[in-house]
Amino acid sequence: MAKFSKKNKKDAPAITTASLPDIVFMLLFFFMVVTKMRDSELKVKIQVPTATELQKLEKKSLVSHIFIGSPTAKYARIFGTAPRIQLNDQFADPADIPQFINNEKDKVPNPKLHRAMTAAMRVDEGVKMGIVTDVKTELRKIDFRKVSYLAADRGELPE
Amino acid sequence: MVMIGKKRKLPKLGAGSMADVAFLLLIFFLVTTTIQSDAGIMSLLPPYQEDKTKREIPRRQVLDIQINANDELLVRGETMELNKLRAFAKEFILNQDKKEIWPSTPKKAVVSLINDKGTSYKKYLGTYNELKAAYRELWDDIAIQKWNAKYKDLLPEQRKEVRQEIPLVISEAEPTDFDKG
Repeated sequence: MAKFSKKNKKDAPAITTASLPDIVFMLLFFFMVVTKMRDSELKVKIQVPTATELQKLEKKSLVSHIFIGSPTAKYARIFGTAPRIQLNDQFADPADIPQFINNEKDKVPNPKLHRAMTAAMRVDEGVKMGIVTDVKTELRKIDFRKVSYLAADRGELPE
Repeated sequence: MVMIGKKRKLPKLGAGSMADVAFLLLIFFLVTTTIQSDAGIMSLLPPYQEDKTKREIPRRQVLDIQINANDELLVRGETMELNKLRAFAKEFILNQDKKEIWPSTPKKAVVSLINDKGTSYKKYLGTYNELKAAYRELWDDIAIQKWNAKYKDLLPEQRKEVRQEIPLVISEAEPTDFDKG
């Protein structure tokens, strides 16, 4: 008996860790590619409409986002369900737009690029045009006229 | 009881194929994931005017579209379904039958889009999209005729040439006076 047990008392074979770096790198690259930086928490519910004539927004640094939609369940208790504007991470009024755009312009050091800046309007499809028009009027007043209405691609199908 | 203290021999794991598995996964994810990027309908807002001076554009040149609070479309005084707008806009802008009441030349055609405060954003953008699509299709027609390529594949100078032929003018300013002219 003793003979047998001695023979079987071996160390567990070591699992090679040589490929661990590969796996880790793979995961790293995967997350690098997939993760999308969102710098502000969305406080409004937004379901963008669908469209066909879409153009991609190229330079991320030259895009300022304006969100319009009903506050999410978490904020609806305080702010109600009427559509609101969200700039950065807080609720705002149309009157806050000029200040917001000026801040956005300050983030772009080269004044020549200011004309290429775009306001990306991420607006819920159920929102009435009144609030959207107010925002557009504010943008026109400060001569910030490049606007992109964000929408989802629906291919060539009708709505 | 006899088995206590006895350890079973573990089979060796083949680590050589680990790298292959990792690469397989990597390639799989690379192929299947799409990087989300924002896309939207580009538009240039009209400059702001303090005094609401009315520009006089002859009525025949203007494709005036109104959307009311019930999301109903009124195109040159007649109700229309949204899915008919694209074809109508193309017909109107080109005016191949040389109708007296339609634009004399596509260069002079203007689209005026007026919405109500109660119009839904979805309807507004749907309409805007159809108008853009109408122009894009007209541009594509010219581009294919001249260079056998779609508008989006043209060189910047060529695009400019096409746009001069049929300029995209969508007026969203305050209502203009259509009664004149």
